[in-house]
Amino acid sequence: MKVEGKVLKFGDKIDTDIIIPARYLKYTDPEYLAQHAMEPLDPEFYKKARQGVILVAGKVFGMGSSREQAAIALKAAGVKAVIAESFARIFYRNAINNGLPAIVLPNATKEINEGDYVVVDVETGEIVVNGSKVLKGKGLTGMPLEIVKSGGLIEYLKKAKV
Amino acid sequence: MPQTLTEKILSRAAGRPVTPGDVTEIKVDKVAFHDLTGYHVIEVMEKVGSLKVFDPGRLVIAFDHLAPPPDVRSAEIQGIIRKFVRELRLPNFHDINYGILHQVLIEKYVNPGEVLVAADSHTTTSGAVGAFAQGLGASDVAAAVITGRTWVQVPQPFKVKLVGEPGKWINGKDVALKILGDFKADYFNGMALEVFVEKPSAFPMDYRATVANMGIEMNADALMFVPDSETVSYIKAMRGYEPPVVTPDPDAKYADEYTIELNKLEPLLAAPHSVDNVKTVGELEGTPVDQVFIGSCTNGRISDFTMAAQILKGKKVKARCIAIPASYNLFEKLMEMGIIKVLADAGCIITYGTCGPCLGGHFGIAGPNETIVSTSSRNFKGRMGSNESKVYLAGPAVAAASALEGKIADPRRY
Repeated sequence: MKVEGKVLKFGDKIDTDIIIPARYLKYTDPEYLAQHAMEPLDPEFYKKARQGVILVAGKVFGMGSSREQAAIALKAAGVKAVIAESFARIFYRNAINNGLPAIVLPNATKEINEGDYVVVDVETGEIVVNGSKVLKGKGLTGMPLEIVKSGGLIEYLKKAKV
Repeated sequence: MPQTLTEKILSRAAGRPVTPGDVTEIKVDKVAFHDLTGYHVIEVMEKVGSLKVFDPGRLVIAFDHLAPPPDVRSAEIQGIIRKFVRELRLPNFHDINYGILHQVLIEKYVNPGEVLVAADSHTTTSGAVGAFAQGLGASDVAAAVITGRTWVQVPQPFKVKLVGEPGKWINGKDVALKILGDFKADYFNGMALEVFVEKPSAFPMDYRATVANMGIEMNADALMFVPDSETVSYIKAMRGYEPPVVTPDPDAKYADEYTIELNKLEPLLAAPHSVDNVKTVGELEGTPVDQVFIGSCTNGRISDFTMAAQILKGKKVKARCIAIPASYNLFEKLMEMGIIKVLADAGCIITYGTCGPCLGGHFGIAGPNETIVSTSSRNFKGRMGSNESKVYLAGPAVAAASALEGKIADPRRY
């Protein structure tokens, strides 16, 4: 399973109040949430992400609240995958559960630049930058990969007939 | 092999011995959600096509984020959850007049050694009573509500020792901020902190709840206080029974350890816009303050308001001051103690059992260019309202002194 897109780059400690402020949490509609994704940092994010982008970020991406809307908003805005140096545990699970691939790559912010074009192999974690440079991130295996392949935890649970 | 508290709890929950790094399915003892995540959990259950609860007695629901409803949609959300509670005849439901979920969980439900998962990041608070408590998103919690199971990666255990006794104006917040300042917010990702208190009575449950609550700000997978005499006496006082206690083996191995000498701590704050941007009160003294918030699941307990009242008694605040005890149980005790009157007479506006201002929800949203001193847990950009507001996190003593003077102030002068 591969995803690709142009890179939008962020720093360390991008928190969930940045990804989707609490005032938008009374709804789960992906389109509504997408319009407010990353709003405190960049009100134009929605327009930039629309074409399909890969986010690259530093440490503990998604730290803070358990709001699943953070993953829903990014995915609906057009984010195909998030590559970060590390993820906050809850966000990582929320991303997987909503079919948004999350790839750990130490030094991601040093190796990849804003505007680069990257192709990500979600299973192997292989990241090809601008058609030439090859980086090795931590891909998904086991249950997380199965969940992403199913399109999210809801579809996965339906199949499991819980 | 000797086991840490983390390994003991997760091995029991997994039904086999587990060690750090293992990815395992576990049984959960308690599951919980509140209003703002609860409707989302129910929505996921509906989409899965499985509107059932594995064990109704193990699900706890409390309304706090939208209590009382600040707008029509919030009222509608609470209505969705009340209907779910009625239809499934769920016994452990607490409406808007009861308390903040994490306070309710430690007052009434969670026992040492249990596994709790809840749809809120501050679920770590129940680590105060020695439970392995993790926040999860709505989908993960929906799965746990239906099946009574979830999966975890067993975290690396890290030992924290608290020695000595804290000074007059020091409490759990200063310990949490000390850890965040020394290690920064990404250090404990993938680890579980196990906190050993040398003298249990010197660091009571209120203080422990604050530190455990902010375990999530440290990005720890869990933060647990090793159960001791204080844990047992707290639960006995709140619920009338003595809980069974689980403790780590004496020679269990930890990834590392760290000691805090409580008597050496001074009042600390986290400056905007990051929880690990920690400063001493001396570095920030004199910064003008528009509003002070004393409350939340972080610092909304008896000792927090007692400390604030010592500073505010007989005086008037210069900054707007909002005080919110975390539950009715606490509010009632504070009324009996005369603390509520002291706070009201000083000019604080008071309610109980709502998260409101902490997440910029209601009951005191920060305006553009306003500066807030808050005893809550997060000072992220825009967290309490305007993206142009600034939030300083502090304990109740710094908060009360700052309310009184209208600027960040050192409580040690009182």
